[in-house]
Order: sequence, then structure tokens, then C-alpha cells
Amino acid sequence: MILMHFWRAMWGIVGRELLRFLKQKERFVSALVRPLIWLFVFAAGFRAALGLAITPPYETYILYEVYITPGLVGMIQLFNGMQSSLSMVYDREMGSMRILMVCPLPRWFLLISKLIAGTAVSILQVYVFLSIAWFYDIQAPLLGYLWLLPALILCGLMLGALGLLLSSFIKQLENFAGVMNFVIFPLFFMSTALYPLWKMKESSTLLHDLALYNPFSQAVELIRFALYGQFNQYAFIYTLVAFLVFMSAAIIGYNPSKGMMTRKGGK
Amino acid sequence: MKTALTIENLSFAYGKKKALDDVSFSINRGECTLLLGPNGAGKSTLFSLITRLYDSREGNINLCGFDIKKQSREALGRLGVVFQQTTLDMDLTVLQNLHYHAALHGIARKVANQRIQEELERLNMYERRKEKVRQLNGGHKRRVEIARALLHKPSLLLLDEPTVGLDVPSRKSIVEHVHQLANDNQLAVLWATHLIDEIYPDDSLLVLHQGQIKARGSIPSILKSSNTETVSDAFYQLTQGASA
Repeated sequence: MILMHFWRAMWGIVGRELLRFLKQKERFVSALVRPLIWLFVFAAGFRAALGLAITPPYETYILYEVYITPGLVGMIQLFNGMQSSLSMVYDREMGSMRILMVCPLPRWFLLISKLIAGTAVSILQVYVFLSIAWFYDIQAPLLGYLWLLPALILCGLMLGALGLLLSSFIKQLENFAGVMNFVIFPLFFMSTALYPLWKMKESSTLLHDLALYNPFSQAVELIRFALYGQFNQYAFIYTLVAFLVFMSAAIIGYNPSKGMMTRKGGK
Repeated sequence: MKTALTIENLSFAYGKKKALDDVSFSINRGECTLLLGPNGAGKSTLFSLITRLYDSREGNINLCGFDIKKQSREALGRLGVVFQQTTLDMDLTVLQNLHYHAALHGIARKVANQRIQEELERLNMYERRKEKVRQLNGGHKRRVEIARALLHKPSLLLLDEPTVGLDVPSRKSIVEHVHQLANDNQLAVLWATHLIDEIYPDDSLLVLHQGQIKARGSIPSILKSSNTETVSDAFYQLTQGASA
């Protein structure tokens, strides 16, 4: 009986998020336009400037557009994770988050359900993006698209958990915009999404080290390898551990007796 | 169990500022209690504690025999809430909003359909079930929120100034409906309001001021103890002139 309650609630939360996403057509379009501009404009422009050596998982020389595609997949999930947290800050400020928080289910379960919902939306966006990329001649092996799914689930959860953690510390929507600049851009630019690690080392060892330990880099590498039917164990473990750390911290942050609510008040 | 809500020695502070100071009271089923208090009296803090949005460290809150902290699942399952701000999803339809709430309370789809129809028909909103919430006026949104709060058949209904910003006919209709619910369904109601004209003669009153309960009981008993003739006068006296 309790399990049925959990199951129904989770589907309720996931279903609502998908419905909202499909009804907000502008959100769907803007989520696609961002990576497509990077792919069609940025990557095309830099194709000549950046030479890429053969590195795993690639078995031959590749175009810059091919290299950047897993990074853009990661970018979709990163922005989606942050956007879904942004909606939580908005919901909390506007009140609709309260309906979720006063339902008779543990907070950790509600947060995980929100996370699954956000991840489901991001996966939908990724596959639409990859379908468009396919027609632009960026084609991975067919089986790679299947292997990609578990990687997307883990990366989506990890990036969503990071967003949740951030949202638990933010009291007002205005503050969140600042954090977006201080979190999204450093995470994205100091990663392997746009340039391989060895290339960064050539220009700065510090940048190379930062990118190496950046969890977003590992998420991108997990996606990159999965898309070519390969398993990157180090990236998998790193992403999994990052997810567990972010999620645990977010659960504490949303706990009324330990986190955000305690900071708001309480004796 | 006759008692729906019991609060004992509840205190809460924001830093050093006390918002609630040793508050104790109880509400029985079928009883409609109106919570009166000027701005900053502690009404919203009290609601946040009952709904477990905040966590209390001093005192107990018991809902239908369940401790809100130790048995929060059982306790919250018996609680229906209408918040001051609209908490509906504007982009979804009335029906989608209600199904979402039913899912959060673990109600099966078939049962949910039946209850949604019942509650919406009772509030004359069934015909508008497929409309987006954004298209409804303030009074209709409130009705949907009340229907939503009742879907899981709670024992206690909390309403935090639900009629703020509504026109007179909408306010009147909501006040009547909630009082009828308390009578017909043996529902305990705790209603925070600023508006004295929302009080019915049979209601219980709870006057909160500076985090403390200044008066609690039926209207005649409060008028007698405060030696006044109207609820407005009694409220003014008990809150020492603080505006409602």
C-alpha cells in the first residue's frame, strides 16, 4: 500500500514535469536552440582553428563538431538541471512548492522524484538534439544511442542534484541568477566539453587540473564514451560519487530540522 | 477520535525574535475555529509549523493522534491546506492540477476521478475542469484549491486568509461552503483571517497577538471575558489597538 503511494506520487511528479515542459513550447525551443547554435555556428567556426588528435573513444581523426557533440549533450543536461532548480526556487517563492512539501511523503523521496522528473525532461531534449545532429552528419553507431541512455540518466541525476543543492541555499530568485553565472559558466568552460584535456595542458596546467576534477568533465566523458558504445569506468565512478554527495547535501538542505528551514528560523 | 488538532506549549523564534510563545490549544472535529491576529502576530509561523514547513524544537503538534514530527506521514495525510498565495499550476488544467494532488496522496486514478467530480460539482466547478487555471478568476481559483485540499478527505482543513483579494460574492460563497463542510463532514477547520465579517455566530475564536494566545473560546465567552459588545471591540482590546 505504501509502495503504491510512492509509485503513484513519483509518476504524478514526473508526469506533471513532462506536461509542463510540453506545454511551455518556448522552453522546449530555447533548450534546443542553445546547443544547436554552438554546434552550427561555434563549432563550424572553430573547426579549422582546432586540430584534434586521435584519442579514445575515437578511432580516427574527427571533426570538431563530432568532438563537441557530447559536450553539448552535457550542456543540455547542465542547463536543464539548473533550470529545474530555478523552477524550485520560483515555486518556493510563489508557493506551489509548499503543496509538494506538505504531502505525506518523506522529503528525500520528493526531492528524488523531482530529480527523476527533471532528468526525464533533459533526456527528451538530448534525443531531439541528437536527431537533428544526425541530419548534420554527426552520426554515432546506432547501438551507441542505446548505451547513451544509462549514462544520460546518471549525468542528469548528478547535475540535477547539484542544482537542487544550490537551490536549497538560495532564498530568492534574484540570487539564483548570480549563482548561475558563477556555477554554470565555470563548470562548462573548465571542462572537456569544448576542448580535450591534453589541449588544455598545453596552455595551462592549472586549467587542466581544474577540468580534470570538474564533475561536469567526467559526466561529459561518460556520455562521450557511451555514445561510441564504450564504458569509461573512472568517469562513471566519479559521476556516481558526485551524485551521491550532491544529493545527500541537498536532502540535508531541504530537511526542515537541519537545512534551509532552520536557517529561516527555529528555536 | 474527537480532537483533530492539539498543540501544546509550542514556541518558535527567528533568531532572538520570538514568533510564537508557549502556544497551546486544540480543535475538535466539526468545529470551525477562526484565527484572528494583527500582522506579525505569528499566524503564518503557526501554519508553517502545523504543515511542517518549519520544524519546531519546543512543544508538540498532534494531528488526529499523530505527532507531526515522529509520525509526519500519518499526520500530514489527515491535513488539507489552502495557502494564502495561489499554489496551483497556472499552465495546467483544473483536472491536471487535481490529479497531481491525488497522486501525491497516493489516490488511485479511478477513485481520484470520482472524488474530483464530487468536489468540483459541490463547488460548481465541474464544467470548467478542462480549462487552464490561468483562465480562471481569483474566486474560481480559490474554489479549485478548496476542492484540492479536500480530495484526500482530511480531518483538519487549514485556510490561511483564503479570501484575500476576492470580491464580496466570492468571499461569501467560500465562507458559506467551508462552514457547511465543517457541519456536514465533521471537518475541523482552522481559518486565519483579518475579516471580522467572515465569523459565524457558532464559530470558535482564537486571538493571537505577539506570538501569544490572548483569547480562546466561543464568541459569547470572549465578549464576556473582554467585557465588550462586538467581536471587533474585543479584538481591538485584546490586541491593544494593533490594526488587524
